Amino acid sequence: MEGAVQIQVNGLPRGCRSGSTVGDLLRELDIKTDSVAVELNLEILDRKDFELRSLKEGDRVEILSFIGGG
Amino acid sequence: MYDDRLVIAGREFKSRLWVGTGKYKDFAETRKAIEVSGADVVTVAVRRVNITDRSKENLLDYIDPKKYTILPNTAGCYTVDDAVRYARLARAAGVSDLVKLEVLGDEKTLFPDTAGLIEAAGILIKEGFIVLPYTNDDPIVAKKLVDIGCPAVMPLAAPIGSGLGIRNPYNLKIIMETVKVPIIVDAGVGTASDAALAMEYGADAVLMNTAIAGAKDPIAMAEAMKYAVHAGRLAYKAGRIPRKLYATASSPIEGML
Repeated sequence: MEGAVQIQVNGLPRGCRSGSTVGDLLRELDIKTDSVAVELNLEILDRKDFELRSLKEGDRVEILSFIGGG
Repeated sequence: MYDDRLVIAGREFKSRLWVGTGKYKDFAETRKAIEVSGADVVTVAVRRVNITDRSKENLLDYIDPKKYTILPNTAGCYTVDDAVRYARLARAAGVSDLVKLEVLGDEKTLFPDTAGLIEAAGILIKEGFIVLPYTNDDPIVAKKLVDIGCPAVMPLAAPIGSGLGIRNPYNLKIIMETVKVPIIVDAGVGTASDAALAMEYGADAVLMNTAIAGAKDPIAMAEAMKYAVHAGRLAYKAGRIPRKLYATASSPIEGML
């Protein structure tokens, strides 16, 4: 599709609209932001920056949250 | 025991039993076991969100962070860099600066890499983290961790998930004498008597996961652990009698025929 960029999210390839933000991606994935951490190309983002950081070709995004553990 | 609260880095905790959230059948069982245990600190791991199947529920939908202190761990990290990265991610995802710091040395034993642990703790403390280190039952390492600013230390009783109980009670006692911060015995507890013993020795709290989650009836074991930790703490405060080789009669000789 036109205006699309290829990124990697949690190790999986994914296309997204050019100019879309981390916040857009989270909404697209239906992920609530209240207990997730997002790493963009190894940089941990502040939650308030999710809407400010746009995604570029080749970006690697990691979205993490809490699971059961000891 | 409202007059006997555990205080770490200015935070007060009601329960001296802390529990993990791994290995349960489902989140409902996790929640029930934690409720029954009376624990107010629960450990969690930090992992990738499953983005291919969004129907899966979230742990924190079952464990209310307003009701419990969520203690994220760096489980699975074998290097200083990884442990520091996971701790930072946990802080970014969470609500506090607390971290249960694990830097593991070996997959078979899951024993801590104590040199890496001290290094990672130093980095995180400088960044304002409240570092609760999962460490070996080594008094020298415990002292080093406290010297660099850990407000508590968490020595193991035995390897994680082994259920072997306290393998080296004398080292734990030396740690308790050596450092003046709370000692949380973490890992290796198998059953209620292990937890009670840790508390009788003078541990300030016990942290466990597998002993409860892996029991045939996790909910019943959670209750057993609650009483064990409570009983052990009371016995420690009460002060046990010395061990003697020979008998001392409980009934008086006077007045006998």
